[in-house]
Amino acid sequence: MYQLTGVTKRYHTKRGPVTALAGVDLSIADGEMIAIQGPTGHGKTTLLQMLGGLDRPSSGQVLFDGEDLAAMSESRLTALRARSFGFIFQTFNLIPTLTAVENVEAALVPLGVPAAQRRERAAAALAEVGLDDRLDHLPVELSGGQQQRVAIARALVKQPKVILADEPTGNLDEKTRDDIITMIENLWRERGLTVIVVTHDSAVARRAQRTVRITKGTVKVRTPGNTG
Amino acid sequence: MFLTYLKRELRRRTRQTLVVVVGLAVGIGLVITVNAASAGVADAQSQVLSSLYGVGTDITVTQRVQPGQRGEGPGPFDFGSGDTSSDVVTQDRLMLGGGVTPMESATIATILEQPHVYRAVGSLSLTDITVTGDFTPPEPGQGPGGGPGGGGVRPQIDVNSFSINGVDVTALDIGPLSSSSLTEGRAFTADDATAPVALVSATYANEHGLAVGDTLTITGTDVTIVGLASSATGDSVDVYLPLGTAQALSGQTDKVTTIYVQATSAQDVAAAESEIQAALPEVTVTTASELAEQISGSLSSAADLADNLGRWLSIVVLVAAFAVAALLTMSGVSRRVREFGTLKAIGWRGRRIVGQVMGESLVHGLLGGALGIGLGVLGAFLVSSLAPELTATVTSGFGGRGGPAFAGGPPGGAAVPPGGELPGPGAAFRAASTVAVQLSAPVTMTAIGLAVGLALVGGLVAGGFGAWRASHLRPADALRRID
Repeated sequence: MYQLTGVTKRYHTKRGPVTALAGVDLSIADGEMIAIQGPTGHGKTTLLQMLGGLDRPSSGQVLFDGEDLAAMSESRLTALRARSFGFIFQTFNLIPTLTAVENVEAALVPLGVPAAQRRERAAAALAEVGLDDRLDHLPVELSGGQQQRVAIARALVKQPKVILADEPTGNLDEKTRDDIITMIENLWRERGLTVIVVTHDSAVARRAQRTVRITKGTVKVRTPGNTG
Repeated sequence: MFLTYLKRELRRRTRQTLVVVVGLAVGIGLVITVNAASAGVADAQSQVLSSLYGVGTDITVTQRVQPGQRGEGPGPFDFGSGDTSSDVVTQDRLMLGGGVTPMESATIATILEQPHVYRAVGSLSLTDITVTGDFTPPEPGQGPGGGPGGGGVRPQIDVNSFSINGVDVTALDIGPLSSSSLTEGRAFTADDATAPVALVSATYANEHGLAVGDTLTITGTDVTIVGLASSATGDSVDVYLPLGTAQALSGQTDKVTTIYVQATSAQDVAAAESEIQAALPEVTVTTASELAEQISGSLSSAADLADNLGRWLSIVVLVAAFAVAALLTMSGVSRRVREFGTLKAIGWRGRRIVGQVMGESLVHGLLGGALGIGLGVLGAFLVSSLAPELTATVTSGFGGRGGPAFAGGPPGGAAVPPGGELPGPGAAFRAASTVAVQLSAPVTMTAIGLAVGLALVGGLVAGGFGAWRASHLRPADALRRID
């Protein structure tokens, strides 16, 4: 599914250029669940953003199903994100003025799904994550774990090919963390999705099939089975 | 989703919404009020001009007294030097309206020959000066002059005046009488061309206790009052006579002081003006718009205030309101960077997010416009209710109401020698016409439409800035922001 070759990302700051990724080579197969682990500020999120088409590398290739995300037009990238990528963020990133079901519906709006169908599918997605009794609650009326479940439902409702989760349990307590990562793992197993989880938490990383370690922008240690 | 998101977002940022809406409303309300006040002032100026000119006059033609030329005075008074009668003497004389010399009636025919002239009628502006006093010479040895031969006569005199306008009775729908309406009696008819009849202004009649059927004595001729007339903007002429009568009484046979002209159309006024000036180089040709520039008084000040201060103030306030709306919108977008970044991450196109921001701003604009219309109507109502009565004075060469009245003082005051003559108009004073108008501030559909347009523009301008900001967000940068 993914083939990264020589991916480099540099930022220009007031204090000079910063290299977030330095010549990363990586392959990810269809239906694989991998964890990207490393210290804070070493390029984990940057790598995830390259994989999700949220940012472009300064150099190198990011092939997704044979298409180079780095060379793709913005509108094509947007369409790809709408159909194929589901994001889960550390801070949940729900729209505060929309209810749980409306937040999930928001993921179906770019696909042109009619309103009635959107509502139906969103409600079903929330039921799948155990929130069928919280449809009309605003994010501020939900706990952290519940908000993350809404975010998971939003990521899954469009039936994406890839789930990209950036520290999905980072803001949760231990019990909730386990619930959430178990949920993600179960969904991966049931649906055959490709799941990429960025985490600094080894307990979370252990759930993945393999772990990619990133240190100072370079992938240093790969577990057996990585063909990159 | 669009409307739900829009409505919820406006409710979430109630304070910001209120600030933007109220700011736009104040700016738009001020524009409407100033527009209404300007329209009211323009209406008032039209009323002034029509009360002075009459309705339907496009151009007036007069002939000014040239520098060094002496105007025609009232003619000598004769208080009977050598007459030993001790009676109080009253005499009146007619003099021409200030600052003009009379034109031959044939000038009207010359004007009518011009291609863009539709109608032309003449009028004769006069002032009746009445002097009343006891001119009995003192006995020798008495009086201020002392011994035999004594000093000069120092009479106690009263001088009063009233304005007269001789009008063409065959064309009463043009000229100064056209803006007046009959309140009692009858109007002039064609048969009154040289008859000793008069129409008196209701104001003058009221001041002097005159009524229909009473008699005015003008230079020894009794003139019967057949009707009373009144103008909504105040009476600028005291007495109207048929033109032939006025000419006969004043000795100004076949003379007029003002010719009122109607052009063939509103678009032909300038052409008519040029043609008349070319045919008659010695006359002064004035259009209604040129006369409007001569208006002074509190109405003129109000016009300046509305046009200059009012207009610039409303522009400044409106620009400030737009700037505040734009800044607040951009600030709102900055606070929602992570939110917009998330929407882009889940596949929302930039233009959908821009549409959301523009929609919110447009609602601000429409709410501001609606409130602004209310404020503007209220402001216009207050202007109409609280504005004092304004006066407008036009100093130009046609007879005005009540020329200067001066009374003889105690001995040592103004002395008029026997057989003396009052100074002519060109030397003594300029005639001025003053009318009073009540200012109103009408709110027109044009003003309402302008307000709605401004509201939409305001919303779009503010939204445009915010939308530009939102459209340039990169998802990665947006998600990297920490709130």
